Amino acid sequence: MGESKNRSETPASKTRSTPGAVARRDFMKSAAVAGAALATPAGVAGAEPTARSRTAARVGAVPIVTQRAETTPPSSDPVLTQDTSGSDFMIDVMKSLDIPYVFANAAATFRGLQESVINYGGNSNPEFITCVHEEQSAAMAHGYFKVEGKPAAIMAHSVVGLQHASMAIYNAFVDRVPIYVMLGNIMDVRMRITTDQWYHSVQDPAVMVRDYIKWDDEPVSLQHFAESAVRAYQIAMTPPIGPVVLTVDAEMAERPIPEADQGRLSIPKLVRPTPPQGNRAAVREVARLLVEAENPVVMAGGTLTRTQEGRRAYLELRDILGSPRASTAQADVIFAIEVGDLYGRLYRARDLIHRTWTRTANPDATVITLGLQHLNHKANYQNFYRYTEADLAISGDGETTLPLLIEEVRRVITPARRRVFEERAAESAAAAARGRERARAAATVAWGASPISVQRLGAEIWRQIRTEDWSQVMIGIGVPTSLWNFDTHYRSIGSWGGGGMGYGPPASVGAALANKKYGRFSVAIQGDGDFMYSPGALWTAAHHQIPLLMVMHNNRAYHQELMHIQRMGNRRNRGIDRAHIGTALDDPAIDYATLARSMGWYAEGPIENPNDLEPALARAKAVVKRGEPALVDVVTQPR
Amino acid sequence: MHARNIRHGVIGAAGAVLLALGVAGPPTQAMPREQGSASAPEGDIEHGKELFMTIGCYACHGIEGQGGFGGPKLGPDPMAFPAFVRYVRAPGGTMPPYTEKLLPDEQDLADIHAYLRARSGPAPLSVLPPP
Repeated sequence: MGESKNRSETPASKTRSTPGAVARRDFMKSAAVAGAALATPAGVAGAEPTARSRTAARVGAVPIVTQRAETTPPSSDPVLTQDTSGSDFMIDVMKSLDIPYVFANAAATFRGLQESVINYGGNSNPEFITCVHEEQSAAMAHGYFKVEGKPAAIMAHSVVGLQHASMAIYNAFVDRVPIYVMLGNIMDVRMRITTDQWYHSVQDPAVMVRDYIKWDDEPVSLQHFAESAVRAYQIAMTPPIGPVVLTVDAEMAERPIPEADQGRLSIPKLVRPTPPQGNRAAVREVARLLVEAENPVVMAGGTLTRTQEGRRAYLELRDILGSPRASTAQADVIFAIEVGDLYGRLYRARDLIHRTWTRTANPDATVITLGLQHLNHKANYQNFYRYTEADLAISGDGETTLPLLIEEVRRVITPARRRVFEERAAESAAAAARGRERARAAATVAWGASPISVQRLGAEIWRQIRTEDWSQVMIGIGVPTSLWNFDTHYRSIGSWGGGGMGYGPPASVGAALANKKYGRFSVAIQGDGDFMYSPGALWTAAHHQIPLLMVMHNNRAYHQELMHIQRMGNRRNRGIDRAHIGTALDDPAIDYATLARSMGWYAEGPIENPNDLEPALARAKAVVKRGEPALVDVVTQPR
Repeated sequence: MHARNIRHGVIGAAGAVLLALGVAGPPTQAMPREQGSASAPEGDIEHGKELFMTIGCYACHGIEGQGGFGGPKLGPDPMAFPAFVRYVRAPGGTMPPYTEKLLPDEQDLADIHAYLRARSGPAPLSVLPPP
C-alpha cells in the first residue's frame, strides 16, 4: 500500500492562514494592554496606553492587569483573526482515531483545542463533555471504556489539571483501562506572559504520572503530533492496554498552521498490532492438563470478561470442561486467566485468597497462569503482587489465546473424558441451582430491618431492573447481587481498579453515557464515602442528559475504616467506643437527595423504612426510563 | 443485673421486626438455658441487643446478626455458647478480640447470645422478586 493511501491530508492542513495572524504572545499583549487601560484612573480610560503600561503588562508586574488579561474577553481588533489553526488539524487527527468524547474541565492551556472541538469539529467525535473536576474527567473516561471498549480522551491543564486527574489515571492503569490524556502546556518561555502561565507550565508534565501510564510524548510540530497521537492510540490499545499521555503545546495548538506545513501535513493510518497470543506448544500442554484433570479450577479476571468475546470464550471453555466447580483446596489443576490481584496471589505457598473467603489451595496442584502481568514493566507502584510460582506461565492476551486453547481442548478430548465432563456438567448444574436457592434464602434475612439490610437493598434493586437491559456501572461494597443474572459482559463493569476513592459517581456517569446509545438501563450502587469525593459528577450527568439510576448505599460511615479502628482498639485492649471518631459520616447526616436535586437530578430519600424502598425505586426508574438521572438515598446497615 | 422475664419461644416474628426497626421493642426478655453440653445461660435480650450495637458486633454481622460481607451469619442459630465465648475472646481472621479486660462479665456475652437466638428467621421467599 502506497504512502498516499496510508496518509490523508486534512481540511485543516490545506487551509492557509491569514497574513498578520497572531500568536498567544501578541494576543496576550493586546489583552494586557486592554486590561491596563481598564486599570487606568477614570477619565483617561480611553486614552492610548503608554509605553510604560505596555511594558508593565508584558512582564506581568501588575497582578490585577495579568488577572484581567486572563479574564477579559478577546479584543475585537480585526487583526486578531486567523484562517487556520494547529488545533483544527489536531481535531482532524482525533477524528481519524474515532475518539468519541473529550471529558474535560475547561482550562486556558487547551483553549485552542477546546474551541476547535466545539466549532471546527462540530462538537461531534469528539464531543466535549463538561466536567467539574479533572479527576472526574479521567474517571468518566475510565467508566466509558469499560462499557464501550474504546478509549475516550480527557483534556487537562499540564500542571494543576494533571495533578487533579492523577489518582483517577492510576485507577485506570491498575484496572487496565486506556485513557487518552491530552495536556495543555506552554513550552516556550517567551509565550508565558502572566504569572499563572509560569506556575502553570512545566518542563515535563507526564513525569507526574509516568509510573502508571504506558507511554507519553510532547510533540514539537503538528506532523510530530499526528504521528505521536496515532502511536499513542496504538500503544494504549495493544494489550496490556493502559493510559497514555500527549502533551500539547498551547502555542502550537493556537497558532495558524505554519506556512511550511500547509498542504504537507498528513495523518498516519492507525495500525492495530495483533495482540500477543500464547505459545501454541504451551497452550497444547494446558489443554492436556485441563482435559486430564479430575478437579480443575478455571478462573478469570475482569480484564478478560469485560468484553463480550472474552467472556464468551471463557464460558465456552468452562462449558466444554463441564463447568468445573471444585475449590482450590480440591484442585489438581488451577488455571488462572488474567486474574489480576488473584492471579498474583498464587504465590509460593499457593495460598489463594479470593475476594470473600480464604482457602488454601492444594499444594500439589499444577498451577497455570495466562496473562500479560510479565509485560507490565513498572517498578515503583506495587500493583504486580507476589511472585507467582506457577508450573506453567503463559504470556498472552486471554481473549486472543482462549480460542486457540478451546481448539486444542476439543482436539484432545476423548469419548471417555467427554462422558466425565457431561456428568460433571450435570452435577454443576444441580449445584448451581442449589446455590441460587441458598442465595434467595439469604436475601430474605433481616427483610424488615431498619436501617435497611444490604440483602434487601440488593433484592429491591433487582426487582426494578430484572426486566430491563440493565448494566451495573458501580458495585456496592457488601450489597449482595447473587439474585442478579449477569448474563452478558456489560452487566457489571467492576470497580475502582486502584482503590482510589471518588471513582463511583464519575465512572458511573461515563459508563452510563456509553450505555445510553444502546438504550441500556444503567444502575449504580453508590457508597456514601466514595460519593463525597466527587459529587460534582452528578451535574455532568444532568447537563448532558445521561440516564442513570444511582442508589445510595448510605451507611453514614467510612465503614471499612471503622472496622480497621475497631480491630486496632481491641487488639490494644482499649475498646472500640471511640472508633466512630474520624470514621462516621453523620452529625449532620448528609442529605444526598437534596444535594442531587440541586444539580438537576430527580431524587428521593433518605429512605429508612424498608417498605418505602420499592415504590421509591420504581418512581426513580420511571425517571431514568425517560432519559434522565435519578438518585434514591437509602439508609442502610453497614455491610 | 438485667431483668429476665420472658422465656424463649414467646417472642414472635412481630416482636423481632419491631426490635429490628427500633420502633418500640417488646418488654425486656430473657432466653432460657439450653439443654446439653452446649447449653447457654439465661440472657437479657434487650441488654444483649444494646451490647450488640454498642460494642460494634452489628458493624460486620448486621443488626439482626444476619451476616454479610464483613462477617458471617450469627442468628437465630449462633454457635453453642462455650464455643461462642471462646471465639469472641480469641477470634480468628479479622474479627477484633474482646478480651476479659474489655468485656469482663461473661453474662454480657450470654445476653448477646440470647439476642442472637431471639432473632427471627428469614422472611418467606415470596417477598423476593422472581429470578
